[in-house]
Amino acid sequence: MQIRSRAALAAALVGALALSACAPGGASSSEEDDSNTIHIVGFAVPEAANKNIATEFTKTPEGEGVKFQTSYGPSGDQSRAVAAGLKADYVHFSVPTDVTRLVDEGLVADDWDAGDNKGVVSRSVVVFGVRDGNPKNIKTWADLVKPGVEIVTPNPASSGAARWNALAAYGQVISDGGTEKEATEYVNKFFKNVVSLPSSGRDATTAFLGGTGDVLMAYENEAILAAQNDEGFEYVLPETSLLIENAGAILEDASEPSQAWLDFVLSDEGQKQFALTGFRPIRDDVDYGGTVEGAADPSNPFPEVGTLLTVDEDFGGWDEVSTKFFDEENGLIFEAILGAGLSLE
Amino acid sequence: MTSTEIAAVRPARTPRRSGPRSTLTRSSGLGLGIAMIWFSALVLIPLAAVVVTAIDGGWDVFWTTITNGQTAAAIKLTVFTAAGVTAVNVVMGPLIAWVLVRDRFWGKSVLEVLIDIPFALPTIVAGLVLLSLYGTDSPIGIDIANQRPAVFLAFLFVTLPFVVRMVQPVLEELEHDVEEAAASLGASRFTTFRRIILPSLTPAITAGAALSFARGVSEYGSLVLLSGNLPFKTEVTSVRILSSIENDNVAGAAAVATVLLAISLAVIVVLDLIQRRVAARG
Repeated sequence: MQIRSRAALAAALVGALALSACAPGGASSSEEDDSNTIHIVGFAVPEAANKNIATEFTKTPEGEGVKFQTSYGPSGDQSRAVAAGLKADYVHFSVPTDVTRLVDEGLVADDWDAGDNKGVVSRSVVVFGVRDGNPKNIKTWADLVKPGVEIVTPNPASSGAARWNALAAYGQVISDGGTEKEATEYVNKFFKNVVSLPSSGRDATTAFLGGTGDVLMAYENEAILAAQNDEGFEYVLPETSLLIENAGAILEDASEPSQAWLDFVLSDEGQKQFALTGFRPIRDDVDYGGTVEGAADPSNPFPEVGTLLTVDEDFGGWDEVSTKFFDEENGLIFEAILGAGLSLE
Repeated sequence: MTSTEIAAVRPARTPRRSGPRSTLTRSSGLGLGIAMIWFSALVLIPLAAVVVTAIDGGWDVFWTTITNGQTAAAIKLTVFTAAGVTAVNVVMGPLIAWVLVRDRFWGKSVLEVLIDIPFALPTIVAGLVLLSLYGTDSPIGIDIANQRPAVFLAFLFVTLPFVVRMVQPVLEELEHDVEEAAASLGASRFTTFRRIILPSLTPAITAGAALSFARGVSEYGSLVLLSGNLPFKTEVTSVRILSSIENDNVAGAAAVATVLLAISLAVIVVLDLIQRRVAARG
């Protein structure tokens, strides 16, 4: 018995020691290393593009010897993680509100969107993902609200990125000369046809590829990237779409090469890499070689959109949008989702 | 559980004058201390933090969050489905355990291993599997995607092992001669089961039921692809919590989590009371 209790004591001590060894504190990287490292925190989609841009960047004089530490995940989660103390030098999020969260925390400068690019580092447009051969012949926004058409869209309540789709659905009615009332009616009808509201864009794509629904509300860059990864689906670019502008910024206390990195991302070379993974370049004159694999038409990967809405010009900016459309209590989109749910009762 | 029982049965050692007894106390005190620190760091403090966050938002936020129609519907769906699934497990769990313990058949060891798969599988993978089997492209013609049965099925999947694994060891320990004695005294098989076997299994069944209810209430990954998260129809509470967080409404998320905690706690207490009553009757 005595021996056993001693053994227990010893085991307990060993356990305690092991625990204390696990405790954080021994950050092994030296100061010198850290000043030459760029911590990228971003939403999941641009990972491939950023990797290629980083490779090109290290070939330039400014980027020589620079190391990268990256973390990718859902946009909102990543933004909250940085606000909670995750180390970041450069952030790249799906929606600007994820950057303004960091501005409110004092981590990003107030004038982050004052440059020529207005804080935008990558762009895309809203498209419809359809089944192979487009059996339901879906081409326009009007086709989406026909009876019997089943829509899959990520849930705007739990996915910041999904808000682009909902806004596009509302805005296209207005741009066609409809009233706000008609636009609200359209959105209500739209959500009545929604059969699945997965939590994220990734889950929505998975559900769609798993056989759910006829239409997937998607983004052009994700549709192209999916095709490049051989899990593609056909996509249709509607006559009226919304310009998606993904925000990027460097933090106040970013490491020394971070500014050069941001400049490089915005340069023609950086934008070319974005284009090759399906994003639309932020300037029209970027030369990406003319073909993009995985696009509906690889030799004309980014066809002109008939009417391209933007959040700033057609919706009065994100602040306006957040309260009018996505307020938890009485946001227009959330009410539409709610109404569709209630009618199912 | 069993170790404390064994300890209680063991005859008390005669105390000696010298050290050993105090050493035992010291080491068991140390053990208790370590256990409490461990438990606090992993469970008590985080749970307290959740409740504090909910209270911090103020009573108003708490109340509006809970009474919001969509949230209330989600809580209702989650709790009722978890309760239904637990009821199924209470019947099926002991049955599976019985087959595994009392019967010998080809492939039994394989089945033994398979029972634990829902434990081991990442839930999102489970979700993918369920979607391919019971989704729109179902190879067996069962399509429950984006409907309430999807939630029920996902809960069933992840909670399957709890009751089985709780009941199994108890069933293995059961003395056969007690059953034989009952039979020789003229008890029918059913009476033997009701009066002899069931009372000994009750604690294990209720413990498993409590675990499976709590696990069901918190489930997210396995149903998120199949259920479609439709408000008022298939949206579960964990999805509501996620939405609140995405809208920077941490207080609201904590409020819903607190309600879930309270419900789970209440269920565990009620099950414990039932178990005592049944055990006392036995």
